[in-house]
Amino acid sequence: MTKEEIIRPENLVYRKPELLNDVPMHYCPGCSHGVVHKLVSEVIAEMGMADKTIAISPVGCAVFAYKYIDVDWQEAAHGRAPALASAVKRLWPDRLVFTYQGDGDLACIGTAETIHALNRGENITIIFINNAIYGMTGGQMAPTTLLGMKTVTCPYGRDPKLHGYPLKIADIAAQLEGTCYVTRQSVEKVPAILKAKKAIRKAFEYSMQGKGSSLVEIVSTCNTNWRMSPDKANKWMEENMVPFYPLGDLKDKG
Amino acid sequence: MAEKEITLMKGNEAIAHAAIRCGCDGYFGYPITPQSEVLETLAAEKPWETTGMVVLQAESEVASINMVYGGAATGKRVMTSSSSPGISLMQEGISYMAGAELPALIVNVSRGGPGLGTIQPSQADYFQTVKGGGHGDYRLITLAPASVQEMADFVDLAFELAFKYRNPAMILSDGAIGQMMEKVVLPPFKPRRTTEEIQKECPWATTGRIGMRKPNIITSLELRSEEMEINNLRIQAKYRVIEQEEVRYEEYKTEDAEYLIVAFGSAARIAKKVIAIAREQGIKVGLLRPITLWPFPSKKIGELGKKVKGILSLEINAGQMVEDIRLAVECNVPVKWYGRLGGIIPEPEEVVEEIKKMTC
Amino acid sequence: MAKMKGATVVDIERCKGCGLCVVACPLHVLDLTKKSVNQKGYNYAEAVLEDVCTGCSSCAIVCPDGCITVYRKKEEE
Repeated sequence: MTKEEIIRPENLVYRKPELLNDVPMHYCPGCSHGVVHKLVSEVIAEMGMADKTIAISPVGCAVFAYKYIDVDWQEAAHGRAPALASAVKRLWPDRLVFTYQGDGDLACIGTAETIHALNRGENITIIFINNAIYGMTGGQMAPTTLLGMKTVTCPYGRDPKLHGYPLKIADIAAQLEGTCYVTRQSVEKVPAILKAKKAIRKAFEYSMQGKGSSLVEIVSTCNTNWRMSPDKANKWMEENMVPFYPLGDLKDKG
Repeated sequence: MAEKEITLMKGNEAIAHAAIRCGCDGYFGYPITPQSEVLETLAAEKPWETTGMVVLQAESEVASINMVYGGAATGKRVMTSSSSPGISLMQEGISYMAGAELPALIVNVSRGGPGLGTIQPSQADYFQTVKGGGHGDYRLITLAPASVQEMADFVDLAFELAFKYRNPAMILSDGAIGQMMEKVVLPPFKPRRTTEEIQKECPWATTGRIGMRKPNIITSLELRSEEMEINNLRIQAKYRVIEQEEVRYEEYKTEDAEYLIVAFGSAARIAKKVIAIAREQGIKVGLLRPITLWPFPSKKIGELGKKVKGILSLEINAGQMVEDIRLAVECNVPVKWYGRLGGIIPEPEEVVEEIKKMTC
Repeated sequence: MAKMKGATVVDIERCKGCGLCVVACPLHVLDLTKKSVNQKGYNYAEAVLEDVCTGCSSCAIVCPDGCITVYRKKEEE
């Protein structure tokens, strides 16, 4: 069989999702953001919600998410996305509403908004990209930076005496009465990616069924600011991040 | 190590080094482009191991300014830095500090706005800074550096003024000066004040009732209007003294000037080039560079306004300082504005064209 | 027994040369080209062992930029 005989529309197995447009994404080579963008795009299309989605973008590397996924987006101020989402969903209950945030946005400046939106049980999903560092602003420490990890604002390693401890946001979220589904996933290899997609789908479905708030944390990489190659960053993540931020469902009340 | 060091560094880095050297007790800040180097430099220098200075990356700008409030209320020399959107978050805290009469330094390395804006420089926070971005009747003592050297020099000066008048002070810079690298002579090291020195300089501060003195209370709340009016009048009286005593500016080629540019910060640097080009073409232009944006050099501008045929306010915004210039000259002379927006910096040639339009 | 034969098409201008597809492929079909760069200067991914590809799509699934399209056809006896 020649290559030309295989490459035919009827033989298509996988392609870039239709809602992920052709605009080149500014993320670094190998960044986890791109994979999650694909999953979100696929899930929205598979749910038939492309015309009924209002998404909220953060301040962080994903600030331009609105350029890449073809749904309606709102750009929020740093950390405030859950507040916007709360209002939008209450005003438009039949829409799919979610936020897409990084660790600085969600767990630092936005802690109050995150906790309160989740605890109010807003029918939204918060997608939390946790790579333990501030990417867009140049590699500063994040609330989820691991002890001993070096960043440009803890260049000698995170020291609990100076910088406190990393925050386990998913654990906090699971304790809140208002949350219905809290899970940690990753996207560095195929089986994990498939699981993460199912988790996003479940969270989105719950929000449309009025079951309350969901947090989908994606334990991710930032190969640029971790100063590693994409492949090494994935391995470092598996060896160092996952033991501290274990994967799996922490809560599923759906 | 020589006490006076000549070195090459970014404006943001100069702020950090100057803070350590002027005996700053604490820095509380949050990353935001284009000023994150202030916090990063402090983190790398580890002054907590040398001078004992506290450096803390706060969870947000709101937290940062409230950390500054708390530290300032104890009489310590504390500061923060941010950029436009972060400074907006700090407005409540700044108003509180003015109301409670607390000394502190806030550095704004401004960027294009409004909103999340751009990361390139602008001067569009002028109104926010000098007209009171927070609520209530207050003013911010404001210094506008136009070089990396002034970034370094103004840290101690700002603290001195803040403590002299018990009022927050701001260094209003922009992304160009924050990011550019220039030669700088860093100030000599000054030790941090001892508890006794703080008590002496700040008898009002909450340091604990040392010697069982009467309790000190720091608040900006006063529910009795008559008392609140007295508080406000006292604060206003301070501002009148500052307006008399603390105006600072630079005059450049104003002696024979027929036209005057008024500009601060990066715009002033451009203005000097504009003047060189204009004078080559036979137009006598001079520059009045406000160094204090508040108190504004109204008197000096009023005097110069009587001598010249026209004034151009060159500012990288939609026209903010131009209003204060018009007030200063009381409509005696035409005052025009020229600027660029969105983080674009005007080129000298385009400004020269504006000057030529004024000469017609 | 019928075998699945796969083929990949890489959008070489979209590819950033991150190499994750190279790592993900169980059969070492892909590698980053050493002979060329795209408009952005990246050594893009290309199939170097086309014949062994089964169209499992691991490469396409891990690709952060959605650069890879995968086709698969059952090889007739």
